Amino acid sequence: MVLSHGGETGRPTGPVERRTAGRVPAPGFDEVSGTADQEPESAPDEASRAVDRPSGDSASRAAAARRAGRRAERVTGGAQELEQRLADLLRGGLAATDRPEYGLWEETAARMVDAQAPGLAHRLRELGSVSASGPGWPVRLLEECALLHLLDSAWLRLDRLPGPLAATVRTRVGLTASAEGPAVRDRWTVLAQYDTPDGRITTRRIWLYGEESGRTALLLSYGAPGRAPARTLPVGTVIDAEVTPYPGGGGLRAELGRQFGDPVVTAAPQHGGTTADALGAYGRALRDDPWLDAWPAILRDVIPAPSGDGWQLIGAADGSALPIAPPALSRPGLWKLVALSGGSPLTVFGECGHRGFDPLAAWCPEASDDIGAGTAVALV
Amino acid sequence: MPTTATTTGVPVDTPWEDLVTSALLGTDRRPLRAEDGAALGPAALLDAAAVHTVWRRAALRPATGAAPPEPAPADLRPPLPRAARRRLAQLLADRSVPPGGGRRGTAPDLTELIPQWLASAGARGYRAPAELLPALLDAARARTDLRPHVLAFAGPRGLWLAGLNPEWRFALRADARGARRPDTADPEAVRRLWEEGLFAERVALLGALRERDASAARSLLAATWSAERAEDRLMFLDSLRSGLSGADEAFLEDALTDRSRNVRATAAELLSALPGSALALRMADRAMSCVNPDRTGGAVSVAVEAPHECDAAMQRDGVVPVPPSGRGERSWWLGQLVEATPLDVWRDRFDGRTARELVTLPVADGWAGELHAAWCRAAVRQRDPAWARALLGTPATPPADGPGTASLAERSQLLATLPSAERALWVAGFIAAHGLSEAFQLLGVCSVPWDGPLGRAVVDALDIARDAGSYPWSFSGVMGLAERCLNPAEADRLAVLTTTPDEPEGASPGAGGYWSEAFQRLVSTLRLRAAMDAELADDGGAERHARNGTG
Repeated sequence: MVLSHGGETGRPTGPVERRTAGRVPAPGFDEVSGTADQEPESAPDEASRAVDRPSGDSASRAAAARRAGRRAERVTGGAQELEQRLADLLRGGLAATDRPEYGLWEETAARMVDAQAPGLAHRLRELGSVSASGPGWPVRLLEECALLHLLDSAWLRLDRLPGPLAATVRTRVGLTASAEGPAVRDRWTVLAQYDTPDGRITTRRIWLYGEESGRTALLLSYGAPGRAPARTLPVGTVIDAEVTPYPGGGGLRAELGRQFGDPVVTAAPQHGGTTADALGAYGRALRDDPWLDAWPAILRDVIPAPSGDGWQLIGAADGSALPIAPPALSRPGLWKLVALSGGSPLTVFGECGHRGFDPLAAWCPEASDDIGAGTAVALV
Repeated sequence: MPTTATTTGVPVDTPWEDLVTSALLGTDRRPLRAEDGAALGPAALLDAAAVHTVWRRAALRPATGAAPPEPAPADLRPPLPRAARRRLAQLLADRSVPPGGGRRGTAPDLTELIPQWLASAGARGYRAPAELLPALLDAARARTDLRPHVLAFAGPRGLWLAGLNPEWRFALRADARGARRPDTADPEAVRRLWEEGLFAERVALLGALRERDASAARSLLAATWSAERAEDRLMFLDSLRSGLSGADEAFLEDALTDRSRNVRATAAELLSALPGSALALRMADRAMSCVNPDRTGGAVSVAVEAPHECDAAMQRDGVVPVPPSGRGERSWWLGQLVEATPLDVWRDRFDGRTARELVTLPVADGWAGELHAAWCRAAVRQRDPAWARALLGTPATPPADGPGTASLAERSQLLATLPSAERALWVAGFIAAHGLSEAFQLLGVCSVPWDGPLGRAVVDALDIARDAGSYPWSFSGVMGLAERCLNPAEADRLAVLTTTPDEPEGASPGAGGYWSEAFQRLVSTLRLRAAMDAELADDGGAERHARNGTG
């Protein structure tokens, strides 16, 4: 493992390719449910990091630096190629992608896997489904092409970006970093836990809210094919634990460190804001990470209400409304949310973004005199 | 934005629509223009689009909300105990898992326990947990047999929720008994609902009022009777079946002249179930002219002379003149007369003989079957246990040789008129004598959970069937019934049967193992039911009493 080039060929890139190749394209772009979408491609590197980690002596450190340099070169080659392909696409017009025989996305995505830029490959595959996502697809396709262009041109100018933004770009492109602290000890409320299939691997997302720090943290874990991810934190409990953030991506993603004591059941969160607060937080987060699809938010005193073909969450105090994100409309959790509310205000946690609000957990209204009042109900 | 152009030259105030058009058609055909008019390439377009996209996303604001739905009506029933709540969630989650096909294995079939759980929770007056309402409504949508229980349990919030989802429309159509019970204590509200309500609401109102004040319900009905449509009159008349008394006679007599034949027939049937009614006495007169003691020779026998005509008066009293195909007119008329005749009159007619003595009298000229069948129908209609007992005979007698009827359907109706303990004892005796193969229908009318003797008889019969070496699935119907109906307290006694026995001579190969599996499932199902009952009994009762002082 200390050989200068041997480590490169020995890197377990295999799982990356298998997993991304096996990924089922989402039926519409709107199906991308992740927020900090730097993963899932970063997952296998959890294993490879142990291999790559500099072991202290200068020879291995130099070898690691050489490997990193070589990888960066390959990614740069990939980014340049992607720039060229996007330019060709825009020159000829997006209308061409509407044809069934159009094959750019898969082929280019495979090139990005070769270039060890799984983040770019992932975005490209998502692009492949936008043309078939119904009315308004050219707008969505242009938006995503533009953000992809923004990402690869950011990579090509990485040395000119401020440190945190450079870290975000690295993660978005698909390079892994370590959680690098400092660790935050807090009483963390488990707001949501849900799994999404990523090809044969299952990605589990767990949202935490720190009572004292006021921080929201996203824990990611992965289940090998056919197995559920091992880590389980029951929604609605509180854990006293240390959490270490990863760089970039607005500092959402974190690693769970030491836990102190057992989880305890808690009441509904006392914090939370309005619909405007949620959208404002998403807007501010875009400054650090313009590729964010959504940002976590707790909404207080909102009422789910039908609106046209969809649903809204309406602020009881000001009548302001957020649409419920399209993927959530077909999930059974929507009806749990409506039933819990019964037309009265309740507290909802979810991901708020440009597609709307994706509710992930709700708390029965305290006034409902229910045995479950204040108990968290998972909606996914 | 400090500058007026992106880094590659597109003016930042370029409308988004122009960017989309250029992107869709291609910059070769539809280039963007810099401020100086120069054509710009795809990189400039993508730069500008990226700026626009991030702007648009960062500048999102909440919309003005539509009108929120009317809040769901309050449900004052107490909440489920926590353990019962978890159990219901588990039962409903299991429902959506398709069965594993083939053999059932040893695990309880949770889906089969949902109706029982719902009935038990309903009887205790619990409110359904809000977050489980969608799963409950889905279950009721898939299984119509669950609907009455689900709708009652789901209560007003369930109906409110169903109103928001077209897939649950069935809940709004259904006659949600208990869920939208009209308030019968307010005469003005009753009158208004009766005059303005939908048909289903009026039926529910009449039913509820009948339970509370039988004569008030009749008066309400009489007030609008002549203006109701024929099929409505039939449904309304049916509501008088509960709480039927002599006070209803005059109204029913009037209904005998109704325009609708079905209404007339129902009125006649109700009147004949009132032994003191004038109609019953008229029918008795007719019947007694047909059925008489014959004292020729030493012993008494029954002589039968069926009617020779069905006159207008008989028809007015509900006798249907035209028989179904394959039956003789005269025996058809006779059957209807005897069926509508108060059973007590036969005792006087035959020198004070009891029902038991009467059914054993020889009947002349092959009329026994016809006469006994009519007596069976009369015993069921008049809910007369003494006659039902006599007609059922002893359970050990083979059905074909019994006094009343060999039909299991008619026997189960007769059984239904007996007190439940006696019913269970009779069926236990029947199973002990004749085994399980014909007992299914009779078991269906026994009250749940089965009484000790009945449960033991079923278990013994299953044990005997196992020893006989056949496969358990020949008894899967009774086995399934036992899982739902045996008293959970029997589980310990049954545990000894879960071992795999030595295979007897000539047994079906492997049957012992399958029996052991079937008994294991039975035992685990009973244990599960006991746990479910305990969960539902948990603290909820005390809470309920503290809350509103009712049970």
